[in-house]
Amino acid sequence: MTTLFTILFDGVAYGMLLFVLACGLAVTLGLMNFVNLAHGAFAMAGGYVCAVLVNRSGVPFFAALPAAFLASAAIGLVAERLLYRHLYRRSPLDQVLFTIGLVFMAVTVADYLMGSSQTFIHIPDSLQGQINVFGVGVGRYRLMIIVICGLLTLALQLILMKTRFGSRLRAAVDDPRAAGGLGINVPYVFALTFAFGSGLAGLGGALGAEILGLDPYFPLKFMIYFLIVVTVGGASTITGPFLAALLLGIADVAGKYYVPKLGAFVIYTVMIVILIWKPHGLFGRTAAR
Amino acid sequence: MNSDRIVGALALKRSRWGWGETAFWLVAAASILLFSDRYLILTEMAWLGLFALSLDLILGYAGIVSLGHAAFFGVGAYAAGLLAVHGIVREPALALVAAGLAAMALGFVTSFLVIRGAELSQLMVTLGIALLLRELANRFSDITGGFDGLQGIVIDPVLGLFAFDLYGRTGFIYCLVVLFVLFLVARMIVHSPFGLSLRAIRNNPLRAAAIGIPVNRRLVAIYAISAFYAGVAGALFTQTTALASLDVFSFERSADLLLVLVIGGAGYLYGGLVGAVIFRLLQDVFSSWTPQFWQFWIGLVLVLIVLVGRERMYRGILWLPRQLGARLGKAKPAPSPGGGGA
Amino acid sequence: MFSKTMWRAVIGAALVAPFALTAAQAQDTVKIGLIVPMTGGQASTGKQIDNAVKLYMQQHGDTVAGRKIEVILKDDATLPDNTKRLAQELIVNDKVKVIAGFGITPAALAAAPLATRAKVPEVVMAAGTSIITERSPYIVRTSFTLAQSSTIIGDWAAKNGIKKVATLTSDYAPGHDALRFFKEHFTAGGGRIVEEVKVPLANPDFAPFLQRMKDAKPDAIYVFVPAGQGGAFMKQYAERGLDKAGIRVIGPGDVMDDDLLNGMGDSAIGAVTAHIYSAAHPSQMNRDFVAAYKKAYNQRPGFMAVGGYDGIHLIYQALKKTGGKADGDSLVAAMKGMKWESPRGPISIDPDTRDIVQNVYIRKVEKKDGELYNVEFVTFKGVKDPGKTKK
Repeated sequence: MTTLFTILFDGVAYGMLLFVLACGLAVTLGLMNFVNLAHGAFAMAGGYVCAVLVNRSGVPFFAALPAAFLASAAIGLVAERLLYRHLYRRSPLDQVLFTIGLVFMAVTVADYLMGSSQTFIHIPDSLQGQINVFGVGVGRYRLMIIVICGLLTLALQLILMKTRFGSRLRAAVDDPRAAGGLGINVPYVFALTFAFGSGLAGLGGALGAEILGLDPYFPLKFMIYFLIVVTVGGASTITGPFLAALLLGIADVAGKYYVPKLGAFVIYTVMIVILIWKPHGLFGRTAAR
Repeated sequence: MNSDRIVGALALKRSRWGWGETAFWLVAAASILLFSDRYLILTEMAWLGLFALSLDLILGYAGIVSLGHAAFFGVGAYAAGLLAVHGIVREPALALVAAGLAAMALGFVTSFLVIRGAELSQLMVTLGIALLLRELANRFSDITGGFDGLQGIVIDPVLGLFAFDLYGRTGFIYCLVVLFVLFLVARMIVHSPFGLSLRAIRNNPLRAAAIGIPVNRRLVAIYAISAFYAGVAGALFTQTTALASLDVFSFERSADLLLVLVIGGAGYLYGGLVGAVIFRLLQDVFSSWTPQFWQFWIGLVLVLIVLVGRERMYRGILWLPRQLGARLGKAKPAPSPGGGGA
Repeated sequence: MFSKTMWRAVIGAALVAPFALTAAQAQDTVKIGLIVPMTGGQASTGKQIDNAVKLYMQQHGDTVAGRKIEVILKDDATLPDNTKRLAQELIVNDKVKVIAGFGITPAALAAAPLATRAKVPEVVMAAGTSIITERSPYIVRTSFTLAQSSTIIGDWAAKNGIKKVATLTSDYAPGHDALRFFKEHFTAGGGRIVEEVKVPLANPDFAPFLQRMKDAKPDAIYVFVPAGQGGAFMKQYAERGLDKAGIRVIGPGDVMDDDLLNGMGDSAIGAVTAHIYSAAHPSQMNRDFVAAYKKAYNQRPGFMAVGGYDGIHLIYQALKKTGGKADGDSLVAAMKGMKWESPRGPISIDPDTRDIVQNVYIRKVEKKDGELYNVEFVTFKGVKDPGKTKK
C-alpha cells in the first residue's frame, strides 16, 4: 500500500515537472498558433545557467533557480522580438523548419560551450535523500518540485483569472483580432507571455536536470514529451496541459513500476488512445478559428 | 459548362511534360557518368527523394501532415531485410514490391487513426505509431536483431544480372530507375481525376464532401499509396546498404524527412527530390568541413531559408543562369528550383 | 629529327608521369579513416576518441616507418547507414588504409563486410559486443567486450558476500549481453537474482525502476546503462535512499565512467565495478597520460579515450612492424599477437580472435583530494573475451 503512494508521489512530481517545462509551449501554440519546437532549447538554457552558477560560481541552488528563470525569459524575449514575431503568419511547416533550425543551432552552441557529457547541478544536502511520511518514502527533491510547481501553477491560474493582464491574455487567445480591436496590444501581450513561458521552461530545465539529466541534446530528446503533454492536454488552456502532464506522469511511472516489460509502450499508447478518442486533446476546444 | 472546360484544360496543361522536367531527369541520368566517385551519396539522395515524394503525396496533395512517416520506411526496410535473410524473395526488384505492399498494409490499417484528427494530433499520432513500432522491433529482437540490427543481409543481383558493387554504381542506377518509374506513377496519380479530387479535399474538405467526393475513402487510399512509396524507399535503403536497424523508425528520420520536403517545397512532386539533393549536399559539405559542429550550419541554413523566404532565395540562386539564358537569346523555361542533379 | 621511338618514349613518359607522381605521394601518406559519433547522444564517445588520437599523434609525431599518417575524421551521428557510407567513401575515394573508431555495435557491424571485401583493417575503438570481431577477419579491437567485465564482476560478487542481486540493465543488445554474462557467472557462483528489470533505452526517469529494486531488498544492484546515463542513475539511487538501505551498486565499469564520475556526487562512493581502465590506475604511464590529456582538453580521460589511444598506437606499431607496408593483410598480420603497455596496464591482441586481451580490475569509488576516483583493488590478469561463440 505504501508503495502505491510512493509511486503516486513520484508520478505527480514527474508530471509537475513536465507541466512546468511544457506549459509555455501550450500558450504559444494556443495563443499564436505557433509551433515552437525550439521550446526545449529555452529549458536547456535555464538548466545550464543554473549549473554554471551553482557549480562554478558557488551561488546557492535556490538563488540560482530564479536566475535560470530570468535568463531564459530574457533569451525568450529577445528571440521573440528579433525572430519569432516575423513568423506568426507563416505556414506551420515554415515554423517547424525554422524552429528545428534553431534547435540544431542551440544544440551545437551548448555542445561547444559546455561539452557533450552530462552536466550535473550540485544540489544542497538538505534536498538529498528521502523522508518518511507515515511510512511512505518521500524524496526530498521531488517534494520540493511538487511544492514549487504546485505554487507556480496556482500563481499562473491566479494571474490568468484575476489580473488585468490575465484577462487580456485570455481575450487575445480567444480572438486576437477582436482583442486588438478593443485596444489590447496583442503583440505586447504575446511577447510578455512568450518570455514568461520561456522562463518557466528555463526553471523546469534547472529543476529537471537532477531527474531528467542535462546535456546538449536535451531539446531534441524531450521535444516529443512536451508535444505529447500539449496535444493530449489541448493547447490554449493551462488546466488541460496540467492535468495531461499529471496523467502522463503517473501513467508513465506506474506503468514502468507495475509492468516494467511494457514500460516504453505506455506513454505512446496512452497518447494515441486519447488523441483518437479526442483529437483536440482532453480539454481542447474544437477549432473554431 | 465553360468553366469546366477551362479547369479541364488547365489540368491537362499542367500534366504535360515541360522542358524543365525533362532537363531535371536528364541531369539526374547524367550524374551516373558525371559523379562516378559520389555514387553512395547520390544513392542516398535517390531513396531520400523517393521517401520525400511519398510524404509529398499526402502532405502536398491531401493535406495530411505526418511526423511518423519513418514507420512505413522502417517496415519496408525490415521487410526487405527479412525477405533477403530468410531467402523468401531473393530477387531485389520483387522484394521491393513485397516490402512496399507490407508498408501499404500498415498504412491502410493506421490510416483510420490518422485521417480524422486535427493537424497537431495527426502529427502526434503518426509519431506515436512510429515510436511504438520502434519499441516493438526492439522487443522482438529474435526476429529483427534488436538494437544490433538485422544481421546477415545479402542482396542478390538485381534481376539476377546486376550485382551490387563496392562503388555503389549498381545501387545508384537501381535506385534512380525505381525512383523514376514511381515518379511517373505518382505524376499520373496526381493528375488523374482521383488526384484532382484530393486537391479539392485539401483545399476544403467540407465543400469536397458536398460535391460528392467520398472524402474519407480518398484519404485512406492516398495514405496507403504514400505508405507503399515510403516502404519502397525503405526497401531501397536496406537493399543498397544491406542494413536494417532500429534507427529506421527513429523520430529524427521522420523529422529530417519533413525538413527535406519543406526545403524543396510541397505540392509539386519535385519538392522532395530537390529537397533531398539540397539537404544531403549541405549535410555532406558541412560535416566534412566540421564534423563536430555541422549541425549549427544546417540549422542556420534552415533559419535563413525561412527568414529570407524560399521563393526569394531560389530566385537569387537562379538569377545567374536566367541571365545567361537571356544572353544566349534562348528563353529558358523556368527550371525546377535548385537545378536538380548533384 | 626525332625518331619514332623517341616520340613514343616522350609520349609514354608524359602519360605515365602523373601516375608515377600520385603513386609516389600515395606511398608517402597512409590515410586512416576515423569514423565516430561527433554529434548526437553518443557525441562524448567520439570526442574522447578523437581527442586521444590527436594527443597520441602530438606525442609521437605523424610519421611512422617513413610514412606520413593522415587521419580523416568523419561524424556518423550513430547511424549505421552513415557509418557504412562514410567507410565506403573513405575506402573507395580517399583510399584509406585503415578504418577506425565505431561508437556503437551496429556501426561496427555495418562496416564489417566492407572491411572484408576491400581487405582494409577495421580497428574498433569503442563498441563492445562480443560478436563484432567474428564478423570479418580484418576487424581488430582495442576497446573491451562487455563479457570481459560482466563475467568478472559476477565471479567477484558471488565470492564476496553478495547473495541476492537485483539487476537493472538497458533494454538493448549490450544491456542484454551485460545481463547474460553476469547472470551466468553470478548464479554459477551460488548467487541469486531476485529481480530483473530492463529499462527502455530512452529513459528520462529511473524512479519507478529503482523503487522496484528497493522493494526487492537485494544485497546489491547490478547496473548497466549506456555511457552518459550513469550519472542520472546514481543521483536517483541516492535520492531514493537505496544507499541508506544498504543496497550496494555493482556492475561493469561503464556506469562509473571517469568522464562523469565527478559530477555524480558523493552518492557514488563505495560503488564496486569491474572494468578495464581507471584514471587512477597506479602506473607512471597512466599518470603521464592523464596529465597530458587533462592539460590538452581540461578534462579527465575515460575508457573511451584509452580505447582510441591504444587503437592509434596499434596502427602505428603495425606500420612499424611491416616497415611501412600498408596493405590490409600485412597490417592485420602485424597486429595479431601484438603486446604493449597501455595506460590501462599490459594489453595484447589475441592472435586467434583479434580481440583484446587485458587486465580487468575490480574498483571501488573513493574520494581522493576532493575528487572521486575508481580505485583498483583486485586485478584479474590477461582476461580474454569469454563471449565468443566460436571457442
